Amino acid sequence: MPSLGADMEAGTLVEWLVKPGDAVKRGDVVAVVETAKGAIEIEIFHDGTIGELVAAPGSTVPVGGVLARLGDGSVTAVPAARPAAAPEPARASPAPEPRRPPPAGTRARATPAARQRAASLGVALDGLQRTGVDGAICLADLSQAAKPAPRRGGFDPKAMRAAIAAAMARSKREIPHYYLSLSVDVTATLGWLDRTNAGRAPPDRLLPAVLLLRATALALAGTPELNGFWEDGAFRPGDGVHVGWAVALRGGGLVAPAIRNADRLGLDELMAALRDVVGRARGGGLRGSELTDPTVTVTSLGDRGAESVLPIITPPQVATIGFGRVMERPWVVDGAVLPRRIVTVTLAGDHRATDGHRGGLLLARIEALLQTPEVP
Amino acid sequence: MTKDETMAMLAEVLAGIAPEADLTTVTAKDDLREALDLDSMDFQNLVIGLHERSGLPIPEEDYPRLFTLEGMLAYFAAAKRA
Amino acid sequence: MSARMTYREACRQAIRDAILADPRVFLMGEDVGRYGGCYAVTKGLMEELGEDRIRDTPLSENTLAGVAVGAAMAGMRPILEIMTVNFSLLALDQIVNSAATIPHMSGGQFAVPLVIRMATGAGRQLAAQHSHSLEGWYAHVPGLRILAPATVADARFMLAAALADPNPVLIFEHVMLYNAEGEIPDGIRSVDIARAAVRRAGGDVTIVTYGGSLPKALAAADMLAAEGISAEVIDLRVLRPLDMETVAASLARTRRVVIVDEGWKAGSLSAEIMARIMEDAFWDLDAPVRRVCAAEVPMPYAAHLEQAALPQPEGIAAAARALVKPP
Repeated sequence: MPSLGADMEAGTLVEWLVKPGDAVKRGDVVAVVETAKGAIEIEIFHDGTIGELVAAPGSTVPVGGVLARLGDGSVTAVPAARPAAAPEPARASPAPEPRRPPPAGTRARATPAARQRAASLGVALDGLQRTGVDGAICLADLSQAAKPAPRRGGFDPKAMRAAIAAAMARSKREIPHYYLSLSVDVTATLGWLDRTNAGRAPPDRLLPAVLLLRATALALAGTPELNGFWEDGAFRPGDGVHVGWAVALRGGGLVAPAIRNADRLGLDELMAALRDVVGRARGGGLRGSELTDPTVTVTSLGDRGAESVLPIITPPQVATIGFGRVMERPWVVDGAVLPRRIVTVTLAGDHRATDGHRGGLLLARIEALLQTPEVP
Repeated sequence: MTKDETMAMLAEVLAGIAPEADLTTVTAKDDLREALDLDSMDFQNLVIGLHERSGLPIPEEDYPRLFTLEGMLAYFAAAKRA
Repeated sequence: MSARMTYREACRQAIRDAILADPRVFLMGEDVGRYGGCYAVTKGLMEELGEDRIRDTPLSENTLAGVAVGAAMAGMRPILEIMTVNFSLLALDQIVNSAATIPHMSGGQFAVPLVIRMATGAGRQLAAQHSHSLEGWYAHVPGLRILAPATVADARFMLAAALADPNPVLIFEHVMLYNAEGEIPDGIRSVDIARAAVRRAGGDVTIVTYGGSLPKALAAADMLAAEGISAEVIDLRVLRPLDMETVAASLARTRRVVIVDEGWKAGSLSAEIMARIMEDAFWDLDAPVRRVCAAEVPMPYAAHLEQAALPQPEGIAAAARALVKPP
């Protein structure tokens, strides 16, 4: 049972997605586990063949407990390749292919309208219900898919509340926070965004949050001291800028899944990634690694939020960055007072890992980057 | 588009965004974003759904006209199909 | 004040009005005068309007059509009645090779403001040589405008619009509609001959039809409504040029379509509509396009076989139902 957060003590196995004999690769989803953060898809850490499923669905397993064993190849492993009795021609690839190509004729049959909407929603057709004429996927099947899948194992808001309480109490108990804030003029940036979106159909439009996210990710790449973990009395830098994006859940609660390598994604890619994690955070289907990967957390209060936020660091991370609502304010520009669109960016830093000077540099970088959103 | 058509379209789109949202609790002048707890992403997804079903381009400057039920009904009643 | 009348009476009033309104207009055809028309459309008109304006002719369709084309080129506004579309095959040369081409081949020096009315369709046990729906063949030919009035109002007012067109116009009157009664709403004095009409609005499936199949499509829509399926019924009205905009706009909402045509399927008007939907509205489709057409046989004489060969409301409803609620 992997730890899906500093606050997690145990998880309940909801279902197995593999069976003994299945070949698995690192990163494959093998099980669904119910945690305080909802039903999470668990990925395997090693390549191999599933030997024995130890935990039964419904059982609660402590973090570090055994869920299943990988086969050693002698008893349960499927032979990797058949003996060369009937050698296949032109099969020179060194490793056996992990998946067989689907038999001919299994391309998902979908109506033109369903196919087009699926493409614009970024929904895969495989695995959807097929209630249309001649067993095709039709629009109705897509609106089913667009609805959040029923939660596997049932989501308990009380458990999530308790988990947040534990993590935040630990943070405030252990982490000496320092706070910095900077009001940033984003008039030019948002003007650029307005012009860009004016030429785009609704599915292709960008949210202001994406510009904030991108500037933050790039600034963190240049300020690695604020991107990582405080563990065992020392700082360990992150292996990339994996931004945990705080998503408020309907009915209460919060989860911050990772957008991996956010500093290397363009605006459109970031928008797609954001839409994806927000959708899955609310609808179920987050993977375990997405909860453990974040090297930093970013929270944006959006267009109905407060003016600024003083966030609390998620242990063992060392920083969290917050954005308030964009407000129109009188601002001094070249000696004149003008109405400008202002956003307040805040940083909560772990004073054990960094000092305010470093934090100030990060905010200054974010400010500078927010002046030129169009630079790739 | 008639009132019924617009309401049906809105309900269908909302079902994919905020399944628990109950339109019957919303009055004509309520801000839908407040009443149904829609954040920026939710609202953008709502616009995308309305765009796809109505065929209207719905530019960003029109978004404020969709903040209330009243505004939304007027918007789609006035709109010609693309 | 709205007027209630039969489709036959509407056709008769249209001819009478046209002749009274314009000295260049006259009607010619087989048995249109003394006999009053084989479907009694022109009963009494010769007595009222005289033999110059209502002209009985010999049984010689190609000659009649040639005379009508010549009269139109010379400045008259002839209305030629051909008993049924089946007999018009004898006049194909004049209609297709002369009427449709002369405005083009003369570089616009000659207009052919000719209107040809024909009965079409089955249902009266007139057997295979009097019952076919061949209007789709004429809809193939550039230079012709093809009309199919399905309502009393269209029967009453399409003729005037057709006569105002400087090019040849063919009007197809379905034999099963002549006895149908309908209202002409207040204030309607004219109709266009360009656009299709939505005869019943609906959101789940579009039924595209025209002429004699319109009442059947509406009956099917009633049956579907009882099951909670809302069918939109489009009356094409004009078979050439087709108003695909109206069809596409409907499809963009319903995303499912059934085409109903009393013609055969192969190489037909229904096939053309289907092809145009593929070209114009493919990405809107959420189900295959279906057709309900006449069986691929010469129209039978026996009543039960004739009914079995024709589109019927039950079959139309079944096709639509299978698209909305797949079995």
